[in-house]
Amino acid sequence: MTTETERARRSVFGSFLRTVRRDKLALGGAVGLAGISFVAIVTPWVIGYDPSTTNLALMLQPPSMEHPLGTDRYGRDILLRIVVGARTSLFVASLGVGIATVIGVALGSISGYYEGVVGESIMRVADTVFAFPALLLALSLVAVLGQHQYNVIVAVGIVYWPIFARITRGSVLSVKQKDFVQASQSIGERDYRIIFGEILPNVTAPIIVQATISLAVAILLESALSFLGLGVPPPDPSWGRMLAESRDFMTQAPWWTIAPGMAIVVTVLSLNFVGDALRDALDPQQEDMLEDER
Amino acid sequence: MTADPSITSNGESEAKHSPSEPLLSVDGLSVQFQSLDGPIEAVSDIDIRINRGETLGLVGESGSGKSVTARSILRLLDSSASLDGRIHFDDTDLLALDEAELRPIRGNRISMIFQDAGAALNPVLTVGDQVSETIRMHQDIPGEGISGVERNALTSLLRPTDWPKRFEESWARTIELFDRVGIPEPDRRAFEYPHEYSGGMRQRAMIAMALSCRPELLIADEPTTALDVTIEAGILDLIEELQAEFGTAVLFITHDMGVINEVADRVVVMYAGRIVETGPTRELFEHPKHPYTEALLDSVPTLDGTESLDPLSGNVPDPQNRPSGCPFRDRCPEANAACDGRFPPAYGVHPEDEPATVSERGSTTVPEPRRDGSDHATRCVLYGDVDVLQHEPGLSGSSTAEPEGDK
Repeated sequence: MTTETERARRSVFGSFLRTVRRDKLALGGAVGLAGISFVAIVTPWVIGYDPSTTNLALMLQPPSMEHPLGTDRYGRDILLRIVVGARTSLFVASLGVGIATVIGVALGSISGYYEGVVGESIMRVADTVFAFPALLLALSLVAVLGQHQYNVIVAVGIVYWPIFARITRGSVLSVKQKDFVQASQSIGERDYRIIFGEILPNVTAPIIVQATISLAVAILLESALSFLGLGVPPPDPSWGRMLAESRDFMTQAPWWTIAPGMAIVVTVLSLNFVGDALRDALDPQQEDMLEDER
Repeated sequence: MTADPSITSNGESEAKHSPSEPLLSVDGLSVQFQSLDGPIEAVSDIDIRINRGETLGLVGESGSGKSVTARSILRLLDSSASLDGRIHFDDTDLLALDEAELRPIRGNRISMIFQDAGAALNPVLTVGDQVSETIRMHQDIPGEGISGVERNALTSLLRPTDWPKRFEESWARTIELFDRVGIPEPDRRAFEYPHEYSGGMRQRAMIAMALSCRPELLIADEPTTALDVTIEAGILDLIEELQAEFGTAVLFITHDMGVINEVADRVVVMYAGRIVETGPTRELFEHPKHPYTEALLDSVPTLDGTESLDPLSGNVPDPQNRPSGCPFRDRCPEANAACDGRFPPAYGVHPEDEPATVSERGSTTVPEPRRDGSDHATRCVLYGDVDVLQHEPGLSGSSTAEPEGDK
C-alpha cells in the first residue's frame, strides 16, 4: 500500500517509472530508447569530423579498433553514420507519427462521438487514404512535394493518420456507451470536454500502443523511402539508404548491412517494449493489480 | 396521440391559480426511437408532476419505460429519440432548450444519480477530481472556473493527481461534501480512483457529485438496486437527509415496492411505457386500483409470511408489438372485452371505490368517475364511466370519444 503523500503525488509518469522498475523488458526498452535518443541528439554536436567525408583508401574495412563497425565503400565510418542516421530516422518518424496521431485522434474521436453524417464522412475520407498502399502513397507524396526531410515527415503523417482515426473511433464508440459519459452530460459538461476530457483519457492505451507500433513502422517507411532514393536527401546518413547502398556488397562487407539493420531492430523493439509499459501505466486498475502482486 | 386527458389534468386548473406550482410537470410525454424495423414508442402519454421538496416514486418492471422517462427530463437520450409533449421545469420548457441553454440546468438545478455508480464515475479520474469539477463548473467561484484548454487528454494524463487541490475553495467544498455524505478520511479518499471504492462508497460519491450544487430536483435512477440491503438502507437515509437539508425534490425510480414505500410521498406506476396508476403512497399501497398495481404489491414478500406470494406471470409486451388497448390485458386477471378497444384515460378514484364487475358493466351501477381533484387516479376501464362503456365495442386508439369532463 502506498502512503498518503505518495498516492497524492501519483501521476502517470510516476506510475510509468514504477512499471519500468518492475518489468525487465520495459526497462531494456526504456534504456535502449533513451540511449538511442541521447546518442542521436548529442553526438552530432560533439564529433570532430563530418560523417559524409569520404576516404577511398579506407573503403570496406572490416570492424577494427579504429572503426568498430567497419567502413563503407566510400571509406566512411559506419558507426558514425549509424549514430547520425539515428537522428534522422527518429526525428522523421516521431514527428511524422506525432502529426498522424494528432490528426487521427482528433478526427477519430469526433467521428466516434458524433455518429451519423459527420462521423461517417470523416471515416470515408480515412478509408480512401487507407486504401492506398502506405509506401506507394508516401512515395507519390514525396515525389509531388519534393524530396526534403520535412516532406517525408508530412508524408508519414498523411499515410498513418487513418489508422489512428479508426482505432480512436472504435474505442470512443465503446466508451461512449458507458454510464459515466451520460453522467457527465447530466452534470452539464460541454461536448468537447466530454470527448477530450472524459472519453479520451479512457482510450489512450490503444492509441499509445498504436503510436509505438507506428513509430517502428514509420522508421521502416522512412528507410524504405530512402532505400528507393526518395527519403531524406543524401549525403545526410539514413539507415534505409545505408541498407540500400550496402546491398551490392553484402557478401564482401556484411557488417555494412548488419549495422543499420540491427539499429532498426533495436529501435523498433525498444519502442514496442516501452509501448507495452506505457499501456500498463495508463491503466490505474492494472497498476493496483501489479502493486498487490508484490 | 392527441390530447388524451391527463392524470394531472384535475389538479392543473387549480394549480394555475395556486402559488404552489409544481416544480416539474411533464405533460403528454411520448418518446419514440428510430430503429431499423421502424419507430418504437418507448413511452406514451406520460404525465408527471413533482412539487418542491417532495419525493415521487416511479415504479414498474424492467422495460416499462421508467429510465427513458427520467432521462427525457434531462434530455440525455441519444439523437435517435424523438420527444413529444411538454416538460416544464419551474416555468422553463426543457424540450425547447438547446444544449447550451440546458447546461446551466444540468447538474446545477437538476441532477441525476445512476444505478451503477461504478460505471457512472470515470475510471481514469480520481473521485475528488470529478466531484470538484462539478462544483467548479457551476458555482462560479472566482478564479476557479474551468478553462477551455484545462482538461484535454494530455493534461489529464500528465498532471499530478493532486491537481484539483489547487482550486482551494472548490476543493475545500469537495472535502466537506465527502465528509457530509459519509465517506471516511475524505482527505485521502478524494485522491483515489473509483475502483478503489466499495459499491456503497461509490454511490455516496455519486450523491456528493449530484448534490454538490444543491439541485432543486434529483433524479435517482435505481440508486440502490446494485447494493446490499444493509448498504441500501444507509444510502436511502442519506438521500432523505440531504433532501430535507437542501429542500430537493426527488424523482425516485425503482422496481422495488419496499423501497418506494419507504421513500416516496407519491407513487407513479408505469407499465409498458404508460402510466397506469398514480396516487399518494399510503393510499396506493392500501387501496391499489389498477390490477397491475395489485399484482406488483402481491409479488412483494411480507415478513410474517401471512400472505402468499402471487407472482405475475408473463412478460412486459415487446414495445414493437404492443397490443392495442390496454397493454396489460394479456396478463390481467380481470381483462374483459372493453380492454381491447383502447387505453382508457385517467379516472380519479377514491379509496373506497370498487371495480365494476363485468356483469355490472351494462348496468347503471358503474361507479361515477371522480373528478374532484383527488390525487389518486388510474387508467383502467374497471373504473371507467358510462361514457366509455357505451362506446365499448367500436373504440380504437384514435377514438375521439373522450369523456367530457376532461375538456
